[in-house]
Formats: sequence, structure tokens, C-alpha cells
Amino acid sequence: MMTGLRTLALAAAFAVAAGALCAQTQSGLRGGTPLDTEGQAARMTPMRNTTEKEIRNYPEQPPLIPHSIESYQVDLNGNKCLSCHARARTGESQAPMLSITHFMDRDGQFLASVSPRRFFCTQCHVPQHDVKPPVTNDFTDIDTLLSRTQPGGRR
Amino acid sequence: MTVAHEAKGRRGVVAFALELWDVLRRPSSVFGLGVLVLAGFVAGVIFWGGFNTALELTNTEKFCTGCHEMRDNVFAELKSTIHFSNRSGVRASCPDCHVPHNWTDKIARKMQASKEVWGHLFGTIDTREKFVDHRLELALHEWARLKANDSLECRNCHSTESMDVSKQSARASAAHERFLVPGEKTCIDCHKGIAHRLPDMRGVPGWQ
Repeated sequence: MMTGLRTLALAAAFAVAAGALCAQTQSGLRGGTPLDTEGQAARMTPMRNTTEKEIRNYPEQPPLIPHSIESYQVDLNGNKCLSCHARARTGESQAPMLSITHFMDRDGQFLASVSPRRFFCTQCHVPQHDVKPPVTNDFTDIDTLLSRTQPGGRR
Repeated sequence: MTVAHEAKGRRGVVAFALELWDVLRRPSSVFGLGVLVLAGFVAGVIFWGGFNTALELTNTEKFCTGCHEMRDNVFAELKSTIHFSNRSGVRASCPDCHVPHNWTDKIARKMQASKEVWGHLFGTIDTREKFVDHRLELALHEWARLKANDSLECRNCHSTESMDVSKQSARASAAHERFLVPGEKTCIDCHKGIAHRLPDMRGVPGWQ
């Protein structure tokens, strides 16, 4: 008898909790969409297409791609990025040469050309879209951070 | 029918054939010159119109994609590119790029295409694997053709004269002013693989 009551109480608690979970909404990327429904997809925007470099947020950051790379083929057959950014192509294209670090294999040996492990550019380098960030970001770069310790430094 | 009747019938046929032959050999002995000239003119118009109509039928996307080699490989790849679907709703279909518009060039290309009929009949690229194996060879043919005619089929729509480089992105205008306008390079030199996937590009100039 006692067990039956306990089970009933437990089931009731579960039902209440599940109801609360379904009704719960979360802010951020999802917006006001409840967790159990799929929100409307954001509109697609064209890629930013300039020739101007973007500042890196930290020295190790892979440089962003300032131009459109729509329909650029990068696969076993060919690499469209390299048709401008390869060492031998930079004369004609005036594009920045891919970094010498990309010639290095995992044993630290420099190869004659880009290392296979660095072949797929968009693994690290990404183009940009002009969109309003859906979530806020309070990233502070190192220069600002260091200057905060100084009296009258940047905030 | 009796034997006598049969023999008579055969003689009749032979006599008619001989008479027809006489007319065909010397038509002016039966028809007036004006009638002959007029009939020849009308027949010529019908033949020429029919020939060009049939030729145009082979110049359609529907005809090209009638074979699975085209439909499942190159046409499927075209569908995701800007030449198939884009902001302004202009579409380039197969013959716009692959068949010259000029009549003599078109006939020359159509004669070359008889090789492709052979390839279809004997299944040269009748599987995806065979197509991929032949892809470089096929692409090289088209690149060579476009290089030789100064990318004529591109320029049928994209002419340098009507191109406003100031409306282009900084990268595009720099490249076009430097290489296209002085005639140093032609469209296909840089714009390879814009409508179909690329073959193995090792050894192709400008590629790694």
C-alpha cells in the first residue's frame, strides 16, 4: 500500500517536472523558441567580399577570409584557394602567400609545398557574413587587458 | 490471279518505272521550266527549314539530358552552380556554353559530336566511375576549345565591352583590368570548374 502511494507521488512529480521543462524557453541562439519546437531559420546573407584584411583577435588566430569563397572547390582533385595563395601563384594574384608553417608536416619537416594536413583551408580559415551576432560576446584582446593594469589605461 | 494477269501486271510496273526514269532524267520534257524552278525553290525551303529545325532540337537541354551520362553527371553538377540558379533568374543551359552560335562552327561541332554518339552506343562513360576516369580528358577538350575561340561562348553573354569593372568587387576588378582587358588571358584561363566539378587539376597551369 505504502509502495503504491510512493509510486503515485513519484509519477506526479515527474509529470510536473516534464511540463515545466516543455514550457521552459531559453534565450540566446534559439531566441524565444520553446525547446520542443523548431524555430524559423535565419535568413542567409551573402559573404563579405572585400580585399581588406581583418585584425586578428589574438596572434595565433587563423586569418579570416575577407572575400567570398562561394562555390570554391577544395577537394582531392584541386584547391581553388591555392590557385591564388600558393607560393608560385602570388605573383599573378598579388594574394598573400599561405604561411610557411603550412609546409611543415607533423614531424616538423618542411615540404616543398603545402602539407596534406593543411590542405583543407576552411578547417581553420572562414569567410564572414554581415549579420548581427545573435549572442553578445565580451571578448577582450590582450593589449586592452594589459593596459587595464596601468593607471589611465584602456578599459 | 492467273499467270497471264501476273505477267501483264509486271510489265505494267516495268513500263511505269521506265517512264518515271525518263521524267526524272529529263524533267523539262514534261514540266515547264517555271514549274520546276518554283517546285525546287519550295522543296529547298522545306528541306532547309526542316534541317535547321531538327538541328535546333538537338540544341536543347532536354535533348542533352536525354542520355543518362549527361543527366546524372554534368547536368546534376550544373544544378548547384550560379549558371543554373541565381539572383537574376537567367539560366545558361548546355548548348549556351557547349555549342557555338555561328552556323558553320555549329555544324563543325555537331560533326565532332558524332564521336559522342559512338561513346554513348559503346558505353565509354556509362558508369559514374568510367565518367570520373574520363573527366580530365573531357575537360581538357572543352578548355582547349574555349581557349582557341577566346572563350566565345562565355562572351556571348559576358562581353568585356559591357562589363563595368567599377561595379565589381575589388578583387574581380583588379584581376579583370590586369588580365582580361589587355587580352593577356581569356575567361577560361581563370574560370575553370564554374559550371561542373573539376577533374584532377595536377599539372593544369595555374593550379597546384
